[in-house]
Amino acid sequence: MTSRGPFTFLVILLIVAGIASALFRHQQLGIPFLPGTQETVWQVEVKVNFRADGGPVQLILSLPPDQADYRIINENTVSAGYGFAIEERDQQRRARWSKRDAEGEQTLYYKVDLVRDPAEIEAPPPGPARSVRFDEPYDTAASAIVNAVLPKSADALTLAQQLIREMTLTPPDQNVALLLDRYSMENLFIDLLALAGVPVRPVQALILEDGRRRQSLVNLVQVWQGDQWYLFDPSSGRVTDTSNLLMWQTNTPSVLDVIGGSRSRVSFSIISQTRPALTLATANAQGMNAPSLSLYSLPVEEQSMFKLIMLLPVGALVVVLLRTLVGLKTSGTFMPVLIALAFLQTQLIPGVISFVMVVAIGLFIRSYLSTLNLLLVARIATLVIVVVAIMSIVSVLSYRLGLEAGLTITFFPMIILAWTIERMSILWEEDGPKEVLVQGSGSLFVAVAAFLLMDQPLVRHLAFNFPELHLVVLGVILMLGRYTGYRLLELRRFATMIDD
Amino acid sequence: MWANPITLWRKGILGMNCRNVDFISRYNPRERYPLVDDKLQTKMVVRKAGVTVPDLLLVIATQHEVEDIEHILANFTQFVIKPARGSGGKGILVIVGRDGDRLIKSSGSQLSAADVKRHLSNIISGLYSLGGRTDVAFVEALVTFDPLFNHLSYEGVPDIRLIVFKGYPVMGMLRLATRESDGKANLHQGAVGVGLDISTGASIAAVQHNRPIERHPDTDHLLANVQIPHWRALLTLVARCYDVTRLGYLGADMVLDAHRGPLLLELNARPGLSIQIANDRGLLPRLRHVESLDEMQHFTIDERVDYAVEHFGHATDARQPSLWDNVKPPQSIAS
Repeated sequence: MTSRGPFTFLVILLIVAGIASALFRHQQLGIPFLPGTQETVWQVEVKVNFRADGGPVQLILSLPPDQADYRIINENTVSAGYGFAIEERDQQRRARWSKRDAEGEQTLYYKVDLVRDPAEIEAPPPGPARSVRFDEPYDTAASAIVNAVLPKSADALTLAQQLIREMTLTPPDQNVALLLDRYSMENLFIDLLALAGVPVRPVQALILEDGRRRQSLVNLVQVWQGDQWYLFDPSSGRVTDTSNLLMWQTNTPSVLDVIGGSRSRVSFSIISQTRPALTLATANAQGMNAPSLSLYSLPVEEQSMFKLIMLLPVGALVVVLLRTLVGLKTSGTFMPVLIALAFLQTQLIPGVISFVMVVAIGLFIRSYLSTLNLLLVARIATLVIVVVAIMSIVSVLSYRLGLEAGLTITFFPMIILAWTIERMSILWEEDGPKEVLVQGSGSLFVAVAAFLLMDQPLVRHLAFNFPELHLVVLGVILMLGRYTGYRLLELRRFATMIDD
Repeated sequence: MWANPITLWRKGILGMNCRNVDFISRYNPRERYPLVDDKLQTKMVVRKAGVTVPDLLLVIATQHEVEDIEHILANFTQFVIKPARGSGGKGILVIVGRDGDRLIKSSGSQLSAADVKRHLSNIISGLYSLGGRTDVAFVEALVTFDPLFNHLSYEGVPDIRLIVFKGYPVMGMLRLATRESDGKANLHQGAVGVGLDISTGASIAAVQHNRPIERHPDTDHLLANVQIPHWRALLTLVARCYDVTRLGYLGADMVLDAHRGPLLLELNARPGLSIQIANDRGLLPRLRHVESLDEMQHFTIDERVDYAVEHFGHATDARQPSLWDNVKPPQSIAS
């Protein structure tokens, strides 16, 4: 007899470990708690064309950051013969392709799958604003613009907004027109803000739109205010809706650098797909190469078997609950669970009908067998054959009658049925038909209850995708194993003792 | 119809889960089970320790021995065939006499030698044993019941079930077969349970199907004033069974033989809970009482029996009104 302390500790440990592991995997791998959750996946393909000069070639392509609004679930390249590596410097990921000897037209692909994951990411504060110097006469013009806008602003954001208004006036302001002759819109916007002492940086983003091909990155500007970056489009103003914007690179002028080649071209194509969140999560787990507990690492055939096996503990829990808390009598402790598993294949009503039918016919034939005076093993073997015969006859008859449901009868475990018939028969002879009815209906009740629980899509989903939740089931069963309270049916059994 | 669990608990009723967890699994070592699950083995072991049992006539262990058993059985006119591992009285065949070649069952029906052989063969092939394991049949002498029981039981074997906890007899009942129970003494099959006062061996209350009754449904015998003879000897006998088996929570089934006095029929490591209904008392207070006792307090069997007689009598814990109070007065008095 173990003392109470370690036992309680074990139970709590099991339950906490099960729930914590499930939560962790839900968080980390994104395995959904609910079945059928869908997520949109953006598939971005980057196609790089260039003409190699004939000699060593290096290409450096900037890649989207791993942790922006979008989470990368999968990325790969198609680049025959090229060495490939992903490196990260100054918060910018880059892909580096390399080849010793390349000549002629070359095409490389980079593919990335992303899902939207609006996680709050704390941006590192920028350094002090860059000092900018314009050449004369641009310097005077720039200072004039800044001096005109500065009094009308309250902070970096309003300053940026006012600046954009000033720069997009029609007819254009003289100073602006002068500067735009020399500088591009983005660069001017950035430099003017820097002149005003506002931390600012150029970013390039991809607009995610389903089915777009040959896209290029758009130039945008981020302005630092408070503790985060705000996005601006220098030609239109503040960008508030960033949901379809994929930040590709920051602070870097070029998307692609080619060494040893010329006439390079980068184009982006985008498609969106809806995929079950579950598929994503498993793909994610495989992508991470993490040693995962997932049953998805098994071959598909074994997986479908485990989908049933993982439901067994749930059925066992139902049996324990109904026997120790309610006090139902069943014929054979876990026979009802096996019957419930068969119900999963046959569906409930056809299952119950065929089960009752097989057992009833079997009992009838068994009553004849008992007059034959057979030894036990021979008798059970005879019953197995009888069960097989009943099953095949029922299958053929129901097929002829056009009842497809009758064919599912084969899913019942035959040996279990034979033993059930044997037990029921002995029960009938020794304790009378009433006890057969009590235990038979008890077994059927437990089987149906177990089936109803195991048939829930949520239960199936959790049992298979979060095997660790079985630790919780185990903990509960252990706890029930030490339950010393009354059973529900005992309250009735002993009721006469306290009638007064 | 439904009892409040708190009321049940206050009354000290032992439930199935509590029995299994707190008593059977705690006080009954697993390795001791085979001893009581096999009635033949129980018989052999307790007899050595001085517990009286019905005489063993014959052991039939193989199908081969069944072949010419009629010649051997011809020596006996009254006997009982039992499976060694049968449970709940299953497979017990009581032969009370002979009519030429035919044997007469306790119910009066007759059996041929072939019927008996078939029964023996069934026993050996495991029809009545738990899990269908092959079994052994044994034949023992028929108990001549104490004349006391002549009007008490309808056919079948009236036996006395006692719960022995750590060697202290804590509760007892007399089980009487009825027509409904088909000669068996199992309460759930409709037998009558009569609660017995541990200190005196007198009847306290009687139930059938969990309902209080006053007279035997078939023999119409009044059950209120039954006094079991040899009570003290009986208690001593069952208390001794604990020392033999070392099973802390034990059910002992006894019969009273007219000549030999109390005899042990079988022991049970998982005795049922109906005894509480027959006694209108919960087992828990008495079990907890025994648990609270110092292990060294009572060394001998006599000391334990003395203690039980003193503390577990009906009068000593008569906190609850007797079941008799609820029973309607007999027709003769009422009219």
